[in-house]
Amino acid sequence: MARYVLKRLVLLPVLLFLFSVTVFAIVQAPPGDFLTTYVATLASSGSSISAEQIEALRREYGLDRPIWVQYIRWMQNVLTGNLGLSLEYQRPNAELIGERLVLTVVLALFAFAITWIVAIPAGIYSAMHPRSALDYLLTVLNYIGVATPNFMLALVLMWGAFAYFGLSITGLFSPDYVEAPWSAARGVDLLKHVWLPAVVLGVAGTARLTRVMRANLLDELNKPYVTTARAKGLPEWRLVLRYPARLALNPLVSTIGWYLPLLFSGSLIVATVMNLPNIGPLLLRALINQDMYLAGSILLIYCFLTILGTLISDILLAWLDPRIRLDEG
Amino acid sequence: MTPPVLEVKDLRVHFLLDEGVVRAVDGVSFAVHPGQVVGIVGESGCGKTVTMKAILQIVEPPGRVVGGQILFRKDSAPPVDLTRLSPKGAAMRAIRGAEIALIPQEPMAAFSPVHTVGDQIIEALRLHERQWRPTGPRLSRHEAREMTVDLFRSVGISMPDQRVDAYSWQLSGGLRQRAMIAMALSCKPRLLIADEPTTAIDVTTQAQILNLLRDLQRRHGTAIVFITHDLGVIAQMARYVVVMYLGRVMEQGSVADIFHAPKHPYTRALLKSIPSLHVIPRTLLPTIAGSIPHPLGRPHGCPFHPRCPDAIPGVCTERVPALRPVGPQQLASCFLYHRDEAAER
Repeated sequence: MARYVLKRLVLLPVLLFLFSVTVFAIVQAPPGDFLTTYVATLASSGSSISAEQIEALRREYGLDRPIWVQYIRWMQNVLTGNLGLSLEYQRPNAELIGERLVLTVVLALFAFAITWIVAIPAGIYSAMHPRSALDYLLTVLNYIGVATPNFMLALVLMWGAFAYFGLSITGLFSPDYVEAPWSAARGVDLLKHVWLPAVVLGVAGTARLTRVMRANLLDELNKPYVTTARAKGLPEWRLVLRYPARLALNPLVSTIGWYLPLLFSGSLIVATVMNLPNIGPLLLRALINQDMYLAGSILLIYCFLTILGTLISDILLAWLDPRIRLDEG
Repeated sequence: MTPPVLEVKDLRVHFLLDEGVVRAVDGVSFAVHPGQVVGIVGESGCGKTVTMKAILQIVEPPGRVVGGQILFRKDSAPPVDLTRLSPKGAAMRAIRGAEIALIPQEPMAAFSPVHTVGDQIIEALRLHERQWRPTGPRLSRHEAREMTVDLFRSVGISMPDQRVDAYSWQLSGGLRQRAMIAMALSCKPRLLIADEPTTAIDVTTQAQILNLLRDLQRRHGTAIVFITHDLGVIAQMARYVVVMYLGRVMEQGSVADIFHAPKHPYTRALLKSIPSLHVIPRTLLPTIAGSIPHPLGRPHGCPFHPRCPDAIPGVCTERVPALRPVGPQQLASCFLYHRDEAAER
């Protein structure tokens, strides 16, 4: 077990290096740089900037150097914990990303928790009572859940809350707390607001997970070890939870790794619609304006979280399934 | 003679499918006396395993016990009809595993791969504690583990201390089946149902497992229903044999009668198709003509008549023969021996 985890930890820096090169290449891929976009924005608003000034800025930001030099300078900064300066906002990237990242993670974890807490029991019930009325109802709800775009669900909920209850349910904070420093009261305020966007983000995943859990468990229920356990005289619920449900979970646990980054990137449209102060809109803006160090930093953090998520699900899987844990390779 | 521990009377288990009704078990009767080994033999799909599941009341939907009785007798108490008990109810669960235990078909897949074998046996011991030990303090986990180690030793598992904490996939096929036998015996059941316990095991290990079962049976006096398609295994294990075909009993009797004086054409055909050392080399092994009909296309009349060399036209094709005596301890359901019944119209 220790060796298994260690092997993956050793791989972590190697993967991060590969990702950083890829991320940088992608961010640099569009023609032009931040300054060309900047000049275009200025021109469209009627003002202009002299060619000398642009050249001076380009030298200052190092945009005139070859790409690999720019990459090495970026990496040097990142490795010392400095994510650089946003070209657009003229503020440190770490500061821009910081709180938005925390809120993104909080939102993602809530959506994730809702998904699992609802989907696993629903899937187990459906598999234990296939073709029952409630199973059919859950199936219909699941199809609706998968088929509804989440931004549309967000719009419908926002409209409903406003039209019938006079509530404005956008954002993650009440107006009083938006700019306030972190405090217990602000945390409570966050908890009051986070559940709705979390539900919106979690609906499709819940529907999918319920279907997968149902199918997995139905497969497991036909296995001989279930007959053995039943012949032992175990009560049905205890039997299902202890044996087949446990095995049906294993393949799901291995998907946690890619589920977390999916929540981060999938939240962009919902975040825009619901005016959520998370990282999605920031990344979109940074990409459009070619604010490359900001975009690069965000993407690198995404990659890191993806690798971390995969590592966590690998460890969880090994812990759950002795066939993986004990197969030292 | 002591009353039978298990008496199956005219058992019917049907599977209600969209395409029609599959009569998997269609009027099966036999009895098992205390300490007796009864073999149930038949080809795949003849209803052996469904009969086993019906006795334990674990037939999966869409299957259902639609008729008959399964009388289970505990000591001198009046027998309980298991078909009257709710399959998921506490009364049935107290019998399952504690009074009637199962040795399943595939030891490979019959243990959960993510729990240790010891863990799964300890669970059985603690679940039925009050059945096999009505008084005394509650069984601790540690105590249950010690008992499991003893059980492992008694079924001939070497290094039982370590094997208790092993996962089933870390054990060989033979060891797995021994562990399964240990689990079945853990609560000292009155009746064991062994469903093809040696089919998935190589021949050498098979012989060891059969010896072990015979030995344990003699020591504990447990009655065993031994299900197999292997007549050789039946000859070694059972004292009484039930021959099944398409959900019906074709013939039943003592091992000697069935092997030396088979009455039913199906039993005879089965015995002829066993390879023997005494035949002339390079001759074709006799097989039973035709093949098993589709479950939904059961022949009218005697289920065996389309493949039977001695079928009586107009009789076997029309009516189903009843299981009737053909010897002192032998019964067969065949019109050849019941001309009177055949003549009735």
